[in-house]
Amino acid sequence: MSKDKHDKEIDGPTGVETTGHEWDGLKELNNPAPRWWLIVWLVTIVWAIGYWVVYPAWPTPGGHTKGVAGWTQYGKLKREQAEITKRQSTWLTKFHAASFEQVKADKGLYEFARAGGEVAFKENCAACHGAGGEGRKGYPNLNDDDWLFGGKVEDIYHTIKVGSRSSHPETHQAMMPAFGRDGILDAAQIDDVATYVMALPQGATAPRADAFVRGEAVYAANCVTCHGDGGIGNRELGAPRLNDAIWLYGGDKASIIQTVTSARAGVMPTWENRLDDDTRRQLAIYVHSLGGGE
Amino acid sequence: MSYFEKAAKIYPRRVRGTFRTVKWIVMIALLGLYYAAPWLRWDRGPHVPDQAIFIDLTGQRGYFFGIEIWPQEVYLLVGILILAAIGLFFATALLGRVWCGYACPQTVWTDLFVWVERFVQGDRNARKKLDDSRWTVEKLWKKGLTHLIWLVIGALTGGAWVFYFNDAPTLLSDMWHGDASWSVIGWIVALTLSTYFMAGFARENVCTYMCPYARFQSAMFDKDTLIISYQPERGEPRGKHKKGDNWDNRGHCIDCTACVVVCPMGIDIRDGLQMECISCGLCIDACNDVMKKLDLPGDLIRYDTENNQTHRLDISFRRRADRAATVVADPTAPSVRAKPRVRWVRPRTISYALILTVVGSVMLGAILTRQTTELNIIHNRAPQFVRLSDGDVRNAYSLKILNKSHEDRRYTLLVEGVVARDLSVLAAGDVPVTHLSVPANSVGEFRVRLTTSNGAPGRTDIRFVLTDPVTRRSARHDSYFVR
Repeated sequence: MSKDKHDKEIDGPTGVETTGHEWDGLKELNNPAPRWWLIVWLVTIVWAIGYWVVYPAWPTPGGHTKGVAGWTQYGKLKREQAEITKRQSTWLTKFHAASFEQVKADKGLYEFARAGGEVAFKENCAACHGAGGEGRKGYPNLNDDDWLFGGKVEDIYHTIKVGSRSSHPETHQAMMPAFGRDGILDAAQIDDVATYVMALPQGATAPRADAFVRGEAVYAANCVTCHGDGGIGNRELGAPRLNDAIWLYGGDKASIIQTVTSARAGVMPTWENRLDDDTRRQLAIYVHSLGGGE
Repeated sequence: MSYFEKAAKIYPRRVRGTFRTVKWIVMIALLGLYYAAPWLRWDRGPHVPDQAIFIDLTGQRGYFFGIEIWPQEVYLLVGILILAAIGLFFATALLGRVWCGYACPQTVWTDLFVWVERFVQGDRNARKKLDDSRWTVEKLWKKGLTHLIWLVIGALTGGAWVFYFNDAPTLLSDMWHGDASWSVIGWIVALTLSTYFMAGFARENVCTYMCPYARFQSAMFDKDTLIISYQPERGEPRGKHKKGDNWDNRGHCIDCTACVVVCPMGIDIRDGLQMECISCGLCIDACNDVMKKLDLPGDLIRYDTENNQTHRLDISFRRRADRAATVVADPTAPSVRAKPRVRWVRPRTISYALILTVVGSVMLGAILTRQTTELNIIHNRAPQFVRLSDGDVRNAYSLKILNKSHEDRRYTLLVEGVVARDLSVLAAGDVPVTHLSVPANSVGEFRVRLTTSNGAPGRTDIRFVLTDPVTRRSARHDSYFVR
């Protein structure tokens, strides 16, 4: 088809020039796009080229074009983090100088400490104690009011610092003998003492059955030194309270028998060299604020 | 063969008439509203902005006269958007694209810019001539002045915009003293340039190529929608007409193209309804003017419905057939100008009106029953509950108290549905549940723990009641207790 011919060909019904292309009798009409559209398109191309020059854009072997502005995502992150740190530093300085008492009295400072503690808790403590400090078997629930080593914010701070049975020289060092395994008590005695321990929460109202009375004697001879009279526990030694409703390893008879037989010795690491003092203090405030703090 | 086509510039000619007058009035009213609204004051008491219409982005509040909107009440915004959309559908179903023709900012500002153009450079022909002429001093100052006025209008447009988001008098004084913020300056510059570009250059292309509403409004059309229509049965066959010629065997259209040259969209309405048509009615004014000079009845172009048009075409065909049969030409036969009958009430308009009523009532109800205190409670889930040493069970809740009043308040919290052994707040210092202080216009957040001594294991539905002892009004929120 010659150029002259299709230049002049006009579609009858629409009166529009055709491009001269034809498929099975269908002819393409030439409705040109508006010129402003072309201009916008060209502008975007120019813009894109400018973008390639200024910003990192094309992959190259072993890297990518860097762009003259020197902009990187890492740089952006760094700037933003610096800004956050700067904003934090005012609070951190204030927090650093304040005692626990002062923090508790200052609403803003308290919420700041709590928020920081919550983040640190989720990063460091949640693996064992649970995301909300709810604990699980062998890992104490931090929401309740039962504390092995004390529930005051200072006590919590100390426990975080030294850990339990950790490598810290001042660590909490409670150690219960394995009464059954080491042959100190026989199975019957353990069964009796378990019956007695299970009844401890009832206090003086517990029915004095034979097993209970026998267990009471075993308890008085072997357990009372640490767990105290009536199972009141001893925080100095880290001996849990036995006359309450909270059982770290289970309160059913089988669990108690197992505990007496083989003993339990949970471990918490020292955080002294892992977290700085301010973070540990924030953690203590957060844990204290979970609801069980004394 | 051209691949890209230069857009033909449109030089709308001046026109006078009913619809032009309506357009002027609407323009003055809308622009007046736009520029004046931020300056209206509305007393809300101390420490609260007194601007009647104010979107406070930093304070996260919206003010509209007596209505105050918090971010939590953004559903009202959704309601407004629904009302606006359905309102547009409703108007379109009844009257076609009247929004486009009269009220759309693009139309209003373009109209204003064309007026400036005419004021400085003269009417259609003068403008055309000026554009075609070589650059002379006259062309330079006329063009220069036009663009300068356009930029000033653009700057005022952007200038008014920022007042809606700032306290207007304060901002004006800041601007006067040259210490407006960069964001304010940025907005003014952006809106100046966009107004200048949209109303000065893009004009009808915005409606034809950019605007989505223009496209989907045709979906609201039906055969009873008022559209601008030329009456071919009366106008055709068209042709030039000399004074004294009779009107036998020809139509009333004298092909003067008055309707074409006044059209801001650059279309010929005689080709029928077109996608570009914004229903502004200027061609009606132009044609009526011509008809008057010819002593012919007006409304050769009119707002009419498709049904009416079809109806008239039918009559016209029948009459022509009759004439052919009887061979009696009757020049005195009245042209069919039966008053257009418009079916305003039809399922489409009823349903739009119904939706408008329902959404409007819901919003009105929401605004009228708005409480100044709102209580939101989330039951803590990690852990769901805590067993205490003495066997009691404790649950913890996060409270948010929205004090939307303009006074500091002190609330008392109670719990219903469970016997509470202890209900206390965990916070810095000592905060009793009877003294939950929330300052004016703010949200108080509290962590509350609830302890009960006995009950069956499982979930109990409970309700927190927050009372303001001063006003004795309460806010409630349902929650649950797990043991």
